[in-house]
Amino acid sequence: MRIPCPCCGDRDRREYTYYGAADFLDRPAEDAGLEAWDNYLHLRDNPAGVTRDLWYHDPCQSWVEVERNTVTHEVLSTRFVSAKAGASA
Amino acid sequence: MTQSHRIPGKGLMIDRTRPVRFTFDGKGYEGFAGDSVASALLANGERLIGRSFKYHRPRGVMAAGSEDPNSLIEVHENGQQTPNVRGTMQEIFEGLDARSQNHVGPLNFDLMAVNDLLAPFFSAGFYYKTFMWPRAFWEKLYEPAIRRAAGLGRLSGKHDMGLYEKAFAFCDLLVIGAGPAGLMAALTAARAGAEVILADEDRRMGGRLLADQPEVDGQNGADWAASVVAELAAMPNVTLMTRTTVTGVYDDGTFGALERVSLHRAPGEAPRECFWRIHAKRALLTAGALERPIAHPDNDRPGVMLASGLVGQMGKFGVNPGKVVIFSNNDSGLHTARSLTAQGIEIAAYVDPRPLPVTEEFPVYAEAEVVGTRGRLGLKDVSIRHKGGTSVIAARTLALSGGWNPTMHLACHLNGRPEWSPELAAFVAKPGMVPGMSVSGSAAGFMSTRAALLDGHQKAAAALIELGLSVPEISVPESEDRPWAISPLWAVDAGGRAWLDFANDVTTKDVKLAAQEGYSSVEHMKRYTTQGMAPDQGKTSNVSALAVLAEATGKGIPATGTTTYRPPFIPVSIASMGAGGRGEGFAPQRLLTSDAKTRAMKAPMIEAGLWYRPSYFPRAGETDWRTAADREVLTVREHVGVCDVSTLGKIDVQGADAARFLDFVYTNTMSTLKPGRVRYGLMLREDGMVMDDGTCARVAEDHFVVTTTTSGAGQVMRHMDFVHQAFCADWDVRMISVTEAWAQFAIAGPKAKAVLATLGEMPSLPFMGCADVTIGGVKGRLFRISFSGEEGYEVAVPTRFGTALFDHLVATAEGMEGCAYGMEALNALRVEKGFITHAEIHGRVTADDVGLGKMVSAKKDCIGKAASQRPGLFEDREQLVGLMPVNQGETLSAGAHLYNEKDPAQREFNQGYVTSVAPSPTMGCWLGLGFLKNGRARYGEVIRLDDGLRGRKVLVEVCNPVFFDPEGGRMRD
Amino acid sequence: MIDLIAKPAVSGLPVSHGGCTLSAFDAGPVTSIAPYPGRDLSAVLPFPAPGTVSDYQSGRLIWAGRDMAFLTGVAAPDLSGLAAVTDQSDGWVWALLEGASVEAVLARLCPLDLRLRSFAVGSSARSMLQHLPILLVRTGPESFQIASFRSMAGTLVHELEIAIKGVAARASL
Repeated sequence: MRIPCPCCGDRDRREYTYYGAADFLDRPAEDAGLEAWDNYLHLRDNPAGVTRDLWYHDPCQSWVEVERNTVTHEVLSTRFVSAKAGASA
Repeated sequence: MTQSHRIPGKGLMIDRTRPVRFTFDGKGYEGFAGDSVASALLANGERLIGRSFKYHRPRGVMAAGSEDPNSLIEVHENGQQTPNVRGTMQEIFEGLDARSQNHVGPLNFDLMAVNDLLAPFFSAGFYYKTFMWPRAFWEKLYEPAIRRAAGLGRLSGKHDMGLYEKAFAFCDLLVIGAGPAGLMAALTAARAGAEVILADEDRRMGGRLLADQPEVDGQNGADWAASVVAELAAMPNVTLMTRTTVTGVYDDGTFGALERVSLHRAPGEAPRECFWRIHAKRALLTAGALERPIAHPDNDRPGVMLASGLVGQMGKFGVNPGKVVIFSNNDSGLHTARSLTAQGIEIAAYVDPRPLPVTEEFPVYAEAEVVGTRGRLGLKDVSIRHKGGTSVIAARTLALSGGWNPTMHLACHLNGRPEWSPELAAFVAKPGMVPGMSVSGSAAGFMSTRAALLDGHQKAAAALIELGLSVPEISVPESEDRPWAISPLWAVDAGGRAWLDFANDVTTKDVKLAAQEGYSSVEHMKRYTTQGMAPDQGKTSNVSALAVLAEATGKGIPATGTTTYRPPFIPVSIASMGAGGRGEGFAPQRLLTSDAKTRAMKAPMIEAGLWYRPSYFPRAGETDWRTAADREVLTVREHVGVCDVSTLGKIDVQGADAARFLDFVYTNTMSTLKPGRVRYGLMLREDGMVMDDGTCARVAEDHFVVTTTTSGAGQVMRHMDFVHQAFCADWDVRMISVTEAWAQFAIAGPKAKAVLATLGEMPSLPFMGCADVTIGGVKGRLFRISFSGEEGYEVAVPTRFGTALFDHLVATAEGMEGCAYGMEALNALRVEKGFITHAEIHGRVTADDVGLGKMVSAKKDCIGKAASQRPGLFEDREQLVGLMPVNQGETLSAGAHLYNEKDPAQREFNQGYVTSVAPSPTMGCWLGLGFLKNGRARYGEVIRLDDGLRGRKVLVEVCNPVFFDPEGGRMRD
Repeated sequence: MIDLIAKPAVSGLPVSHGGCTLSAFDAGPVTSIAPYPGRDLSAVLPFPAPGTVSDYQSGRLIWAGRDMAFLTGVAAPDLSGLAAVTDQSDGWVWALLEGASVEAVLARLCPLDLRLRSFAVGSSARSMLQHLPILLVRTGPESFQIASFRSMAGTLVHELEIAIKGVAARASL
């Protein structure tokens, strides 16, 4: 499996550390309530098809959001998670 | 007579000027350089090469390549032995020690051949049915006996100390197989300027052009191949990989390939094998086609070969087959008969089930079948059933051709399913089964040489266009373009045992029995009969077996389908896949600047993450760790100790928003810290559990240095990067690890200040203060922090000066009755103080569980705060407590569980567990830290520590986890 | 007064087999420069694009990761308010790998496409060498500078030497 890093280019999967679903980017406000936090931390889709998840490119220290297909294994697109920064906190 | 079965002047792979001596089963043989074990034995008239898996039937060479199911041998060298090497693949070298396998007693008188007489009992599913009862017999009797009797080859039982490599390669176009299609494709792509890798299993490229040597471009096909290879070899954009089998296809254009680097030579400096990971933008599978046998009674005797195996052994190695009978259902068998006749080989009979309106120079039995053979250790004669009755024809070799299976295995590795071609009577790949890869040549069903050459060119051209390159003008050479036809015949209906899978001894009866017993799915049949599960993975038997199954079930071949093709295409040694991972290659070693001195002081080293740290520093007369560690602890408490703490993660955090950022990642507030001061900090995961702890020093208004635990350094850096990039990338904050940039040493004890004074003029720091300092002209940093409970400093200098500083500190401390101390003492010191490590913050505890709930600031948000305040995290929690034995002499153990004194050691009575223990010379007994249900309300209670593993039961008193100096006066001033 | 003697990051070099040589390399002062968001450093120095190296005075600016470059060979200029600046002179071990077989040697250790066409002279990359984190700079068609964590210097040399020997030994086949 190969994942294009937005700054380093196409790299072997062994250079990455997997984190989890891209839902982690949508951090609720501190006072959003238990249900919002429970959903954020634990509730995940498990799609047969297109999914978005987070990978850390250890060599360059970039967090990358990867859009990929769980059926065909095709990597459709990647971007820095910082592309949508400042949304929270 | 040596090499009696060699045809003069034939065999283009061998060098007749270079004889090579080797042994097989201890007997000396001579072959020529370039021979395989199989070809050399055949040239010496030996047909028997091994014994079959289950029935121990005598077996001989069937093929000329990696598909051979029979010629499995052991190769012995330097006390090592490699089993299940295919004799067709092992090249001979001077002194090679090859041995047959799977027999008891000599190869030509195998005592286990009694299994053959018992064959009626050994049908498919025999083990499942027979060894069921009594149940208790399985482990003690049945399984060991079966394991002794079954299995192919033996291992040496020693570590394989051979050198293996792995490597990465990249190209525009990977061409898999260098036969006519592959060579034509590689030439086309290479001339277009594409970066090409051409990989071939053989040591010489050419594929079938080296075997039957058809005319190409007006010359011998092998010569044409050689000229193409020479042109490719001279091109800088081409990499030729011989002795390299592409073994698997993986996602995104990644291919695995095994190169047999030096297995053809006596062991030396070069790696034995190299496992390549090739990344290709486009790939062409031009792996050719594999011939399949026809199942007829006793079709497994030494001397029975695939027609292609015979042609290969003749063309490449000049092996003389003697008198030959050919049994074929397709036009290539007939062509072989004509070609062999032209080369002076006597064809005793050509047998074909089809009506053949032809007259030939050799006897032809049309509408006929082979119904039996004779010859216990080697073929003597062949029985042929024909219109006129049954004839017995004497022959030394029987060549079978049941048709051709395109070698499209790799195309199926991403779970694509091939489709049935009635014209070819074989499965072929469908387009698009592997993105970016197409199948070409006979692997795609183009059976003539001319068609393969044309197709190789066309598929390469298509790949070039996809790569954005222009297709060069190139003329595809003329070659034979014979039509090819087949009339499927899978098994001859004549009673007796007819083999499908020679390697695993699976006959047509076994497959029919599987169907009859309900294992009618091809995947079930495979597992019930073990067909296709030997080292050859059924290369010659899969299609025939499923065809026999289809006949038995009446479902038809397309509906029956194939089993799943998975990597690897050939057996791959684990050693090559894990190359570089043995010994020091398993993980990097991180060495401290104090390492050499520490080892010179005879300190046993322990691993902490990737770091090596000293356990203790033994002195003369100290015979165990305990004596040394106790002495080191007391020395720190009474005098002074020095410890290398450079392994702690250190992260430099800078920027106008650095303080704001640290407030967000730590539970407590760092923005209120004054420059020159240090604060202990706690980090949570977003789920509210403690992730790591450390210190945070504000060295300037917008500049912090934070520390992490040794093992948590990488995780914390990754976490801080995530928080920054995901939630506040626009803030003015930047982080970089400086763990490696500084060598840092703890100086702890009542005389710490005196040791410090020898470094030059040092500022007088308050507890939790920090400052930039100059030590011997070198810029350093000084922190007043303590992990021992004593007055403590940590002094940091640029790493290159670490060795010198450590030497100085140890010598100075020793001059003041002090010493260096190791991990055992460090642990005891911190347990006495109730300081936590990852033994306590193991991922399932909250800040409140470890007694640090107040550190979660109510005034601001931080990572993990919302989840840490969840209801349910505050009631009936297991809380950090101290544990002291009621009887002072008793030993505590970490990992033990805690129970109320009278309760049994059962899960439902569990009250908690012990995380850390240490012998404390200060307190005069073992001390423990652990988590106990509502522990903080239970100080003074006596409970039982129960270590089921070591059979230890100790009554302990629950207490405050800070055993020593709870007010902390010693470390303050 | 204490006198601290500096110790080099690596010992036992150079090693050479089959025309490939690994030697220690003094990068001089090394400073990480990490521009804050939205800052333009071009008035002070030519901050390199990802995967590249630029010249600065008599030194070099090597792209070294996300929003990060290493200035080597010369002291860093004043970048207050523009970038975070951290001394990394002691954090890394530097080695020079030279010879006709450099690409073949690195292909055994590093999962990068280092063919000259893909990784030209003057390219830089962060990657791995077996399990080691590395910063790689191509300084010539047959020469690379490799930097890794200083504490791992021994393993770096060990891994490279095995690969160099393995490639060299093939010549005898």
